[in-house]
Amino acid sequence: MTITPNTTARTGPSALPEHPLRAALRKLWGDRGSRAALIAVALLVLVALTAPLLSRLGGWSPTAFDSSAIDPYLGGMPRGPLGGVSAEHWLGVEPATGRDLFARVVHGARVSLLIAFAATAIVVVAGTAAGIAAGYFGGRVDTVLSRLMDLTMSFPSLIFMIAVMSVAQDVNRVVLMTAVIGVFGWPGIARVVRGETLSLRHREYVEAARVAGSGSWRILTREILPNISGPVIAYTTLLIPGMISTEAALSFLGVGVRPPTSSWGQMIAEAVTYYETDPMYFLVPSTFLFVAVLAFTVLGDALRDILDPRGGRS
Amino acid sequence: MIAYLVRRCLGVAGVLFAICAVTFVIFYLLPADPAAAACGKTCSPERLAEVRHYMGLDQPVWRRFADYLVGIFAGRDLGTGPHALHCGFPCLGYSYENALPVWDLLMDRLPVSASLALGAACMWLVLGLGAGVTAALKKGGLLDRTLMVGAVATASLPVYFTAVVLIYALVRVGGLLPYPTYTPLTADPMGWAANLLLPWTALALLYAAMYARQSRSSMIEAMDQPFIRTARAKGMPGRVVVAKHGLRSAMMPVLTIFGMDLGALLAGAVITESVFGIPGVGRLFYDALQRSDQPVVLGVTLLAAFFIVVANVVIDLLYAVVDPRARS
Repeated sequence: MTITPNTTARTGPSALPEHPLRAALRKLWGDRGSRAALIAVALLVLVALTAPLLSRLGGWSPTAFDSSAIDPYLGGMPRGPLGGVSAEHWLGVEPATGRDLFARVVHGARVSLLIAFAATAIVVVAGTAAGIAAGYFGGRVDTVLSRLMDLTMSFPSLIFMIAVMSVAQDVNRVVLMTAVIGVFGWPGIARVVRGETLSLRHREYVEAARVAGSGSWRILTREILPNISGPVIAYTTLLIPGMISTEAALSFLGVGVRPPTSSWGQMIAEAVTYYETDPMYFLVPSTFLFVAVLAFTVLGDALRDILDPRGGRS
Repeated sequence: MIAYLVRRCLGVAGVLFAICAVTFVIFYLLPADPAAAACGKTCSPERLAEVRHYMGLDQPVWRRFADYLVGIFAGRDLGTGPHALHCGFPCLGYSYENALPVWDLLMDRLPVSASLALGAACMWLVLGLGAGVTAALKKGGLLDRTLMVGAVATASLPVYFTAVVLIYALVRVGGLLPYPTYTPLTADPMGWAANLLLPWTALALLYAAMYARQSRSSMIEAMDQPFIRTARAKGMPGRVVVAKHGLRSAMMPVLTIFGMDLGALLAGAVITESVFGIPGVGRLFYDALQRSDQPVVLGVTLLAAFFIVVANVVIDLLYAVVDPRARS
């Protein structure tokens, strides 16, 4: 058995610790599954961002009717095979209206991802703030915030969301949906953050900062927050698929975004009646929704394994 | 233990009160005017005012809320004059749509939703826990990876997609099952099960996938604990170690989630019921929304909250029985 002395010296400057985010990305790229998920997520975000451009490239606006693509003698079924897939309509057309499916599904990505990201942002900011305050200050603050978490978790959230969405009129649907989804999501992440903060607040470096005269705000933002960022990032990614599903479910039930704005859930709801006669119409939005949820879940799982090996449970 | 029970019951009452208040305020402050809807399109302002008065809509919100709360426990009289209706305990008001008591409507639909939720729960517990625990015990192997890839893919499929695929494959093409229509258990047990099999499967697949993922990670965590090593070291057979020590501590976090999920589903799986056309509480809720039937909407929301909160307490009590540390 030979002992090589001083190996660290030989590796030289590369022994410097890699930036954690860079290390995380490198590990993600190293695994086949998470690499595929990362690519899928990047593509979806790109599609959502460039939706107007893409639909112009396809030659159709998401709301334009095309009566030449449907057959009035067949009850408005799309002409041609596979639900009207052609050089003109890349993913076929909607029965009865002839609207271009590619343009609609691409614009649907915009709505779905916008709402999912915005709601996740609300949840993460509110949840982290509440969790860190409850964990760090303890006492009465903790009691009040924990009760509030319990209360929010006891709400029948889906039922409540549907009710609010359907009763509200004359408001921006996207904003309202984001807010409503966001309101019910924060306790989960708040619990994780609270647990992490509890385990950190009496660490030596926190005590040292306190002795050195740092105020609460400085300790929270400079000492605690950076050290819980791993679990928070992992948890954030894992929240997104749930948000996408919730948005789709609300739109499926007809209380989400209103036509003519398209969203995946709404397209699926309209396509359900055609699943036998025009399966392509049903499969296109379903596939996008499935891939989006799957990709974010796989990515979130991988990030959790990398950034928070203990699982972030408390 | 009795002090603990009392404290929990007070907590439940508080949570339900808060949920009731929030729901009430939101629904009664939103723009939809039930009086105008009840009065019809050709409604004179005087008649509208009369209807508003009859429905109690001219009262301030706090007053109506107080009346509503009193009604739940003591019953109350609705309306005024010769058309007054007495609504006995537990009064959740009358439906604006068909003037039936909300409580009766709920109790009428509850068995349907409960059949759906309980049957699906049995299915997903068996499937999900079976897959999760098997995967955890074969961690890293081919079976583990296959099961987990399957679970993550299934969990990404929305229930309305699974439902349509199942109907297509098993009813339209396969002809193996009838198209789901609800038959009461008491009338025809076999028909009840055969009709619900499809909705159960659609709902259970989604939850089973989530439970498989959850139970796998908590089982792996449990099997890593020192007490497992101790049990093995003292020569306990592997099977007993898994069943008696591993499973027992691994199921704790799963139990918490199960309580919440079952509670939420008991008061109606809105999507599943609307896809399959099952006349449960979720369907009642959905239909009531289309007609802005606020008393019914409020009733379903309260019932759902009640089930979630009670399920939570039951789970906590189970904890307290199993683990004395949880009683503090």
